[in-house]
Amino acid sequence: MLNILVCIKQVIDPEMPSSAFSINTSSKKVEEPDGIPPVINGFCENAVEAALRIKDVSDANITILSIGNKFVTEVMKKPLSMGADELILIEGPEFENLDPLSTVNVLRAAIQKLGSFDLILCGRQASDWDNALVPLGLSEMLDFPCITIGQKIEIVDQGLIVQRTLSNGYEIVESSLPALVTVTNELGDPRYPNLKGIMAASRKIPTIWNSKDLDLDLETLIPKLKLIDLKIPITDKQCEIIEGGDDEETGRNLALKLREAKLI
Amino acid sequence: MANILLFGEVSDKEISSITYELISAANKLKFNEDDKIVVALLSEVIPESYENLFSYGAETVCLVKNELLSRSNTDAFIIASKEVFDKFNPEIVLFAKTDLGRDVAPRLAFKLGVPVAQDCIDLGIDQDTKKVMVTRPVYGGSAIATLVFEDVETQIVIVRPKVFEPITPTENSKGEVVELNIELDEKLIKTKFIEEVVKESEGIPLESAKVVVAGGRGLGDAKNFDLLRELAEILGGAVGASRAVCDAGWLDHEYQVGLTGKTITPDLYITVGISGASQHMAGCSSSKNIVAINKDPNANIFNSANYGVVGDWNAILPAFLEAVRELN
Ligand SMILES: Cc1cc2nc3c(=O)[nH]c(=O)nc-3n(C[C@H](O)[C@H](O)[C@H](O)COP(=O)(O)OP(=O)(O)OC[C@H]3O[C@@H](n4cnc5c(N)ncnc54)[C@H](O)[C@@H]3O)c2cc1C
Ligand SMILES: Nc1ncnc2c1ncn2[C@@H]1O[C@H](COP(=O)(O)O)[C@@H](O)[C@H]1O
Repeated sequence: MLNILVCIKQVIDPEMPSSAFSINTSSKKVEEPDGIPPVINGFCENAVEAALRIKDVSDANITILSIGNKFVTEVMKKPLSMGADELILIEGPEFENLDPLSTVNVLRAAIQKLGSFDLILCGRQASDWDNALVPLGLSEMLDFPCITIGQKIEIVDQGLIVQRTLSNGYEIVESSLPALVTVTNELGDPRYPNLKGIMAASRKIPTIWNSKDLDLDLETLIPKLKLIDLKIPITDKQCEIIEGGDDEETGRNLALKLREAKLI
Repeated sequence: MANILLFGEVSDKEISSITYELISAANKLKFNEDDKIVVALLSEVIPESYENLFSYGAETVCLVKNELLSRSNTDAFIIASKEVFDKFNPEIVLFAKTDLGRDVAPRLAFKLGVPVAQDCIDLGIDQDTKKVMVTRPVYGGSAIATLVFEDVETQIVIVRPKVFEPITPTENSKGEVVELNIELDEKLIKTKFIEEVVKESEGIPLESAKVVVAGGRGLGDAKNFDLLRELAEILGGAVGASRAVCDAGWLDHEYQVGLTGKTITPDLYITVGISGASQHMAGCSSSKNIVAINKDPNANIFNSANYGVVGDWNAILPAFLEAVRELN
């Protein structure tokens, strides 16, 4: 049986209206918006879907792992209702501001405690800090082959074949197992949980660990890149709104305006 | 004296422009007179034009030629870049956020156990600590963070393409050339390249087009992109799209503009039915002029646009297209 681990991250909903986006300047943090629950990072959901597609066609066990603080259990249980088998949450205030290096160390400690995996799937990047760093670090730390931005993953014999999205097309690469692959939205939308999945998930209890369970040295969790400022960029552009008697005239006026400005 | 090492790139047997951009970025980090800019080129072919790098500000050029250093062999680049790193022992290392750089830089950093600053759009030296200070968009561009390296020996920075302008080259500059012979054992390459499928977008490449006409979810359907294609053709431009459009399968992802799509800097960017989410703007906000056609007066796109039309494209676009045709 193929043992698959999917690493997921809880993030502030990136699709929230920009008016709800605010920064606490003293703590240099993005405020959690009122009434808009956090979500699982989109690319992480794509990674869950990738794991489930493998499980659809072969014998596999899917473990979901996440490090964070103030998890919303209902949100984090979504992969279980989609069909994953287990959920491990590593939770505590010390995990609030982890940098990629520390995140990798905590993930590695958790993976050691969990046993061994044939395939680790991650999102291509997390939509909070848009880092795209953790999976690459994890692969180095575990000495796993690393394939990024996978849009299709196939298990063959003892290895895997991955289509990687490139800026102008894609490439196909092959590797042995165990391996780590990061997944992109080009893989396709994650499936909706069905009733059976939701029922099964409601019976499952996530395993929750803290830093003591992992014997972590908290000293090592201090970021090595210090955040000194976080602000909302100001756009000072003045948009000239083009008008007209009716839509057709407006369309023509836009063309005339662009000609006047020598843009067309 | 400190070395600033940057990893240039070769594509289609030419030095890619990102290499010159990185030299400009490195120039902002020269703190002492005698800090030295070292440009490394790791490739299966070394273009003759590497001598030009000196005219752009390189002081040392390190050439590593090996047939395994072809684009898809990330593992080979990581082994080789580590050797180049050991040779020059730089305080600062620069990579570009390209298909290659975004994989190699982080893995080298983790190998060395040092932090890496991702996707930087501005760089400088903090006067107090003498460490590198970077500015980078986060939260899809909704926020801008300034970060400074703490007490670490090596500072690795990944630079966003098309942010730093190459300098005007000086004539006939010379410098030191170091050819490094690196043995690469094929067995160390854990991921094997099988094949590449290139899907160039039709017509003018999106990234070099002077005019880009892009559509969003508001277009409602794949076939409505015909109008945009027509407009692009008249204007001698290219067609682009938001991620929503590519996710819906109306266009291939090669057309996607944005944070996880292409970065473009055309003279004129015309958007139709695009809301202007920060992740979309991340790929086009440096366009010289932005035009927005959107029926929602509160759409975010109007905050970045120079010219806007509030209304339904169904009525506006055909008239606009007709007028553009007449004027051309
Ligand atoms: C990590 C991450 C990375 C991302 N990367 C990218 C990226 O690279 N590129 C990208 O584009 N997005 C990206 N996104 C997605 C982004 O957040 C938005 O969801 C996306 O850009 C929205 O696309 P849209 O503007 O086409 O659609 P919508 O936001 O749905 O906007 C449609 C617009 O069309 C207008 N409209 C509707 N009908 C009409 C009409 N008849 N006439 C005129 N106007 C009309 C509406 O008013 C609306 O403003 C990313 C998201 C995340 C989380
Ligand atoms: N705190 C975390 N817990 C679990 N997985 C994570 C965490 N942070 C990052 N990852 C994984 O690494 C991917 C890329 O994240 P990042 O490097 O932060 O952009 C995510 O999509 C996750 O798969």
